[in-house]
Amino acid sequence: MVAIKKFPEEEYILKGTAACPGCPITIALRTALKALGKKTILIVPASCSAVVQSLVPKTSFGVPTLNIAFAASASAASGVAAALKMLGKEDVTPVVWAGDGGTYDIGIQALSGAFERGENFIYVCYNNQMYSNTGIQRSGATPYGAWTTTTWTGKKEIQKELGEIVMAHHIPYIATASIAYIDDLYDKMKKAKEINGPRYIEILAPCPPGWRFDMSKTVEIARLAVQTGAWVLYEAINGEVKLTSYSKMLLKRKERRPIEDYLKLQGRFRNLTEEDINKIKKNIDEKWKRYMEIYKEKEEKQ
Amino acid sequence: MKIIDTANHIAALAAKMAKPSVVAAYPITPQTTIVERLAKYVENGELNAEYIRVESEHSAMAACIGAAATGVRTFTATSSHGLLLMHEMVHWAALSRLPIVMVNVNRAIGPGWNIWSDSNDSMGQRDTGWIQIYASSNQEVYDSIIQAYKIAENEDVMLPTMICYDGFILSHTSMPVYIPEQSKVDKFLPEFKSLWSLDVDKPITHGNIISPADYMDVRYSMNQAMKNAKKVIIDVGEEWGRKFGRSYNLIEEYKCDDADYVIVSTAAIASESKFAIDKLREKGKKAGLAKLRVFRPFPKEMLRYDKMIVIDRAVSLGLGGIVYNELKGNGDVYGFIAGLGGKDVNYRDIMRIYELAEKGKDGWYGIEVK
Repeated sequence: MVAIKKFPEEEYILKGTAACPGCPITIALRTALKALGKKTILIVPASCSAVVQSLVPKTSFGVPTLNIAFAASASAASGVAAALKMLGKEDVTPVVWAGDGGTYDIGIQALSGAFERGENFIYVCYNNQMYSNTGIQRSGATPYGAWTTTTWTGKKEIQKELGEIVMAHHIPYIATASIAYIDDLYDKMKKAKEINGPRYIEILAPCPPGWRFDMSKTVEIARLAVQTGAWVLYEAINGEVKLTSYSKMLLKRKERRPIEDYLKLQGRFRNLTEEDINKIKKNIDEKWKRYMEIYKEKEEKQ
Repeated sequence: MKIIDTANHIAALAAKMAKPSVVAAYPITPQTTIVERLAKYVENGELNAEYIRVESEHSAMAACIGAAATGVRTFTATSSHGLLLMHEMVHWAALSRLPIVMVNVNRAIGPGWNIWSDSNDSMGQRDTGWIQIYASSNQEVYDSIIQAYKIAENEDVMLPTMICYDGFILSHTSMPVYIPEQSKVDKFLPEFKSLWSLDVDKPITHGNIISPADYMDVRYSMNQAMKNAKKVIIDVGEEWGRKFGRSYNLIEEYKCDDADYVIVSTAAIASESKFAIDKLREKGKKAGLAKLRVFRPFPKEMLRYDKMIVIDRAVSLGLGGIVYNELKGNGDVYGFIAGLGGKDVNYRDIMRIYELAEKGKDGWYGIEVK
């Protein structure tokens, strides 16, 4: 793993983005582009990232960027990849940079189609667990109990496991990452760049106005998501799942912090009942039980 | 070389000979045999292209947009519901000024399910910023597809172009077609050009947030491009004539000079109208035909006759036929809606329509007027 201070000095996110203060997108994209480098084409559907670029004729993105309609990013990226192949420019990596609304919900058909076809691009979902660009509405990634402007009394359903849906497509590389562990994020982007075929990376991206926390706490919240086990850092190379970074330590060396530490800092969870918290705990415990089983199987094999 | 084949196979052959680098398509009746044939061309090596077998038409157009934006020639084809599902990306392609070429095999829209010819699918896309050419024969299908690339990729135009023709009436009907040599097509059609592309050495951001004033400028530039397209379509049609012996324009007039009434129609109804004109002339009626080949840009200034009979296979509900509405104010215009959902319109129907117009009548043929 590359130490943060050894990341390349080149910046592909230029000064003057239109991001909110404390926005996790710029942290994630800045890190991703340092790993991916100049030979990257971004495909961005309707999302906060379309706003972050700033207003025509200016841009804050230093690599070629194609904005595309909400449901169309994986299919547009398929077209970019096909054209690059025909032009003999396969050293250029097309990268979808989409939010969870554009990935879990409206874009899932194009995503599934492209992954099944084995298209040659990286799909990154920065997951802020809601439609943030339109003003905090629930998505398929919004966790149980969270307040949004379309779930005023808290979301009644548990979020879907997109990683597992993607896993069912048998693609060569799948990973999750966090803006609190950018060395891990950088490492995964680097690895993904060297692989051919569809690659999927999902980054948890806590949003201050959407999750109702102070803009100075973006990284802290992201870190707590991992330390409490609510967000798990893993990678799956050709279907073989391995936990990475801090999540790997939670398998053996460290205890998960109580989920309340994470929930209580976020206004969106203010109205959770004890019953709600237990439901969230149960969901996380079940998830970890599965990871523990995978881990133990591997231990026994070795 | 003269061959006999269906319009769909001719369309696939024309697309192949235009040498697109990326084809992205999804099957739909009656377009299907185009995409089947193209898949075969790619798999047997006759066409050097990436063929993206997308999971929807929305994705087909998105993939063409991604590929064209990366700097290569593209092709797709669809029909009816496919075109409607694609609608968002149809706009997106035009606003991106990408010279994508698409065939739309005209088919009715459901419910109920109807796979027969009807122009409401493509005419409903008239304000998307696409050039639209309607073909009346398999030869016109071939010629227009090759020309479409030259028109779309002209630097004064840079708008995507749609070639439309009737489902089954043309798509699955074999006719003789002259196919030029590949080398002559290559000479006619220069290398792919685009206004802009995604280039890692010259990074640009395309399509980020735009102010109202700049947006209006973008729309105005498209408006001017659409106007420029008229001259370009005529120039390209004349050049085709010089090289291959068949000239093309925005409209095609037949016996209009001394005509009392001029029938205006498109696509298959236009070729049937030509036959009806001869029959009407045999009966002593001074009938003429103005075949509308190019629907966008609309050649309103060319369609000025004292008395016009417009036969539409598409309708703006409550307001009459779509072409009829475009031509109101250009003379005495009698509008007939006929042939929706593939209802047969033969030369006898067209002769009857002519007689009804002579009596000052118009409307839904076979329902309001018989």
